Amino acid sequence: MIKQHPEPSLWLLFSAGGVLSAMLMPILLLLFGVAFPFGWVAAPSHAHMVALLGNPLTRVVLFALSMLSLFHWAHRFRYTLYDGLQIKHLNEVIAALTYGVAVVGSVVAGYILWRIP
Amino acid sequence: MSDSHVYTPYHPRWLRRRVSTYWWLEKWSYFRFILREGSCLFVAWFVLYLLLLVNAVRQGPDSYTRILEWSAEPWVLGLNVVSFLFVVFHAVTFFDAAPQALVVHIGRTRVPGRLVMAAHYAAWALASVLIAWLIVGA
Amino acid sequence: MADHITLQVARYRPEQQSDITFDEYEVPCPKEWVVLDGLNHIKDRLDGTLSYRWSCRMGICGSCGMNVNGEPKLTCATFLADYAPGPIRVEPLPNFPLIRDLIVDIGDFMQKLVRVKPWIVRQTEKPLSEGEYRQTPEELDEYKQFSMCINCMLCYAACPIYGLDPKFLGPAAIALAQRYNLDNRDEGASARMEVLSEHEGIWGCTFVGECTKVCPKNVDPAGAIQRYKLTAALESMKAFFMPRGS
Repeated sequence: MIKQHPEPSLWLLFSAGGVLSAMLMPILLLLFGVAFPFGWVAAPSHAHMVALLGNPLTRVVLFALSMLSLFHWAHRFRYTLYDGLQIKHLNEVIAALTYGVAVVGSVVAGYILWRIP
Repeated sequence: MSDSHVYTPYHPRWLRRRVSTYWWLEKWSYFRFILREGSCLFVAWFVLYLLLLVNAVRQGPDSYTRILEWSAEPWVLGLNVVSFLFVVFHAVTFFDAAPQALVVHIGRTRVPGRLVMAAHYAAWALASVLIAWLIVGA
Repeated sequence: MADHITLQVARYRPEQQSDITFDEYEVPCPKEWVVLDGLNHIKDRLDGTLSYRWSCRMGICGSCGMNVNGEPKLTCATFLADYAPGPIRVEPLPNFPLIRDLIVDIGDFMQKLVRVKPWIVRQTEKPLSEGEYRQTPEELDEYKQFSMCINCMLCYAACPIYGLDPKFLGPAAIALAQRYNLDNRDEGASARMEVLSEHEGIWGCTFVGECTKVCPKNVDPAGAIQRYKLTAALESMKAFFMPRGS
């Protein structure tokens, strides 16, 4: 009987977050973070944004993106602190903080995306 | 394990050198690795930025306009430009590594690694075009 | 082109010193000479006290691994001419305890190798009367790359995770476990999973990728590890959702 470790599931979340963030973030960041502020393209109207966000599929995708990306960050950041800065004695604290932030962030994302209206 | 051989892991005269805390500065490939890992910070920043954006849209046209103006402020703009570069770096390193982790078989033939990588890049291009069209095109 | 090159060779004599020092030697540099030829020249003609390991001098025994200008290399496969005009710094492989001069102790790896059961594990052995195990070329190709490992330890020397945490199972051990996991004659995947699934097993790896870069036999241990992470994670999901099934 194999003892159940949390590592495999955390790694799967990390990978899924890595793929989703890699696929969706560059274009979103390019548009909202760079192209619109620089004025290369006109930003969409508020009404258009409301319409886009109104679609339940958009909200599901954005929630998945937020949650999985946060777990991707948590997992990677935790290992970087452990290996990069050799903070081994704080291992449990760091794990609790990083995954804790990911959980809280996911809840906040869910709230922002789905509170009425 | 046989009893005749005893392995002494900490022989007193063997030299064991401690790895420096700055091991990742000693080689360019190590530094590049830490940069790649560091890209996750910018991924997390974008989640925060995205949620701020969505929240602003929800709160009305004025909030939306204000966040667009805030995005044009030099430090936010600078941060987002750097974030964009890091997120692209993350995407490229992730897709380049995908064939090593994802070994796919169709029947008994193995799909070549290059195809797995190409499929990722194709999906990336498709998703980007679709999203861009949804936001600015339609 | 110069006909001599300087080798800065690390020396460690535990009875005389407490840390590494460097001795410099001028060795001839014909275009076909490798670093190992230079070391042999030093030992034969210049300084017989230099200690180092070597055997086949053709890249198959895995004995002569050392750091050449900071990179883990097989000294029998590293040409002096490529480093002209020099000097060339020759050091013992990092991340291992140093016994003397350029000789490191790899006992830790030998213990780990045994733990991953690098042999065909079967529930029941086929009796000889039933003939040989048959394997198609495609089935061979599944694990062939990982079978090329010569246990030279360059990957362990390059892996920062192993340097930081010597309990980490390490690239070669995991690649060799995969060599048997992917062999269709083997039935021992579940027997190896417990060792591989420990925190110091595959999950310690953060895919730096240095091991694959330095491997002289193109084993791609990093690929073996990531591939096994996916396998183990999916197995874990299956075990969680279907504890009695599958």
